Amino acid sequence: MELVSDVSALFGRHMRHLARIPEKLLSVTLMPVAYVIVFGVLFGSAISVPGSDYRSYLMAGIFTQMMLTNVGNTALGVAGDLDNGVVDRFRSLPMSRSAVLIGRTLSDVALAVIACVAMAVVGYLIGWRVHQGIPKAIAGFGILLLLGYAMSWLGALIGLLARSAEAVNSIAFMLVMPLTFLSNAFIPLDGLPGWLRLLCEWNPVSAVVAACRELFGNTSTGTGKSALPVQYPIPLSLALIALLLAIVVPAAVGAYRKAAAR
Amino acid sequence: MEIVIEAEGIRKRYGDHEALRGVDLSVPAGTLLGLLGPNGAGKTTTVRVLATLLEADEGRASVAGYDVRTQPREVRRRIGLTGQYAALDERLTGRENLQLIGVLHRLGRRGAKTRADVLLDRLDLGQVAARPVKTYSGGTRRRLDLAASLIADPKVLFLDEPTTGLDPTSRLILWDMIREQLAAGVTVLMTTQYLEEADQLADRIAVIDGGRVIADGTSDELKAKVGGERLEVTVQDDAAIPAAVTALREVTAMEPAVERNGRVLSVSLRDQLKTVAEAASALDAAQVRPIGFAVRRPSLDDVFLALTGGTTGKEG
Repeated sequence: MELVSDVSALFGRHMRHLARIPEKLLSVTLMPVAYVIVFGVLFGSAISVPGSDYRSYLMAGIFTQMMLTNVGNTALGVAGDLDNGVVDRFRSLPMSRSAVLIGRTLSDVALAVIACVAMAVVGYLIGWRVHQGIPKAIAGFGILLLLGYAMSWLGALIGLLARSAEAVNSIAFMLVMPLTFLSNAFIPLDGLPGWLRLLCEWNPVSAVVAACRELFGNTSTGTGKSALPVQYPIPLSLALIALLLAIVVPAAVGAYRKAAAR
Repeated sequence: MEIVIEAEGIRKRYGDHEALRGVDLSVPAGTLLGLLGPNGAGKTTTVRVLATLLEADEGRASVAGYDVRTQPREVRRRIGLTGQYAALDERLTGRENLQLIGVLHRLGRRGAKTRADVLLDRLDLGQVAARPVKTYSGGTRRRLDLAASLIADPKVLFLDEPTTGLDPTSRLILWDMIREQLAAGVTVLMTTQYLEEADQLADRIAVIDGGRVIADGTSDELKAKVGGERLEVTVQDDAAIPAAVTALREVTAMEPAVERNGRVLSVSLRDQLKTVAEAASALDAAQVRPIGFAVRRPSLDDVFLALTGGTTGKEG
């Protein structure tokens, strides 16, 4: 009960930020829209995939890419609070130990919801449709947001360990770039050399993208013969996200406890 | 008298560096202990251990009757902490900051709101309460930060260099606020680099250097440690020094300390008025015409420098 009240107070703090920090508002509205237009329209018009139009095929990848940006968003926020002493103040209060990080990660997921809505609207305008019914589409967004939540916790851990905005930016970039591009987010993996294809297929991002494509009904008819995560993307993406959370959440809470010990 | 803050043998090590090497402190209820020391002496580390932000490697500490290691939650309910930088959310307004901290202190939404308004009013922050903190001046920020640490009516207040970087007016305002808290029975541990600040506010002072308390006592006790009042005579040129030395030695039966550059001679005074009068006539008889003739009390600066191994240039 105390945890709920702490988290909701901190959630309110971050929602106020959304209204007061213009770049934060832009990053959940304009940036996702730009993603859809740049990747969807530009690439989507130039490339084709078997069994689907590339624009629709791309949407799941773009949604997933957006979820990965939570790593950097959360990490920067956490590092900022550490830097200006706000974390010290929180730690001197009789509040729940994990409330600060839960409030932060939940609010970053709330921002991801806004981003998803913006992207879905623009996606619809450029011709993206879901073909498996609304409940399945919602389930797809559920998996995306779970991924976003896990990425926020990963970001929280990075922010607590790296502490400075510069370090956070470069670590987040080096992590998110390969995760995004060594996956099926933007390209079908069929044409890749065997070893690279295996690597990409075991990338958890590929499982999430494949799960969303399946739930949205935007799949391509590939050559088959895929690794497990891409063959059974829904259970495996859930399992991989759960595994990631199981590792990152305790690590981040532990790092938070030690973070101010300097 | 009830001891509200107590530390025994606190040690803290960071890698090779031993930040605290056995700090002992005790602060009676309703008093202010000034923790005085240079940068890197261990002041902030001590405060962080006592405010439950940092676990000591060794030693024991209790605040408001609760052990900081085993009962940190109970300690946190009863303390307010103002760190070296104002720990506020820049994007929120002053009022929102206070309300947030109030809610996190479990005052409830309504309780936090009421309490925030009371403090804004009392600390004269009403006019800026609706503006984001990032528009505040340094002094206003510190006042809001202090208000934030007072939100739950703490029994114990930790102030870590509360006035560093403030202009003199803001400093005086903050001092008054601290005095109000003391008058209300709050126990305060305040670190400072400013001797004047410790002199003004502290009931007792602990001088900390190299992670250890090297002296403690009231301001007067500490001053007495480096000797009582001294008579300082400044002469016009070097030629006058020998005659002045002889005259002062005859009067006080002690070898005067001579500081050549400033041409300042000094002797400690036992029998103030009589010695001053005799010294004046002895110097006159020796035809020394001093350009300066003054009785000087040791300042905390003298204490500080003497204790921390600096030299005042005036030790005989």
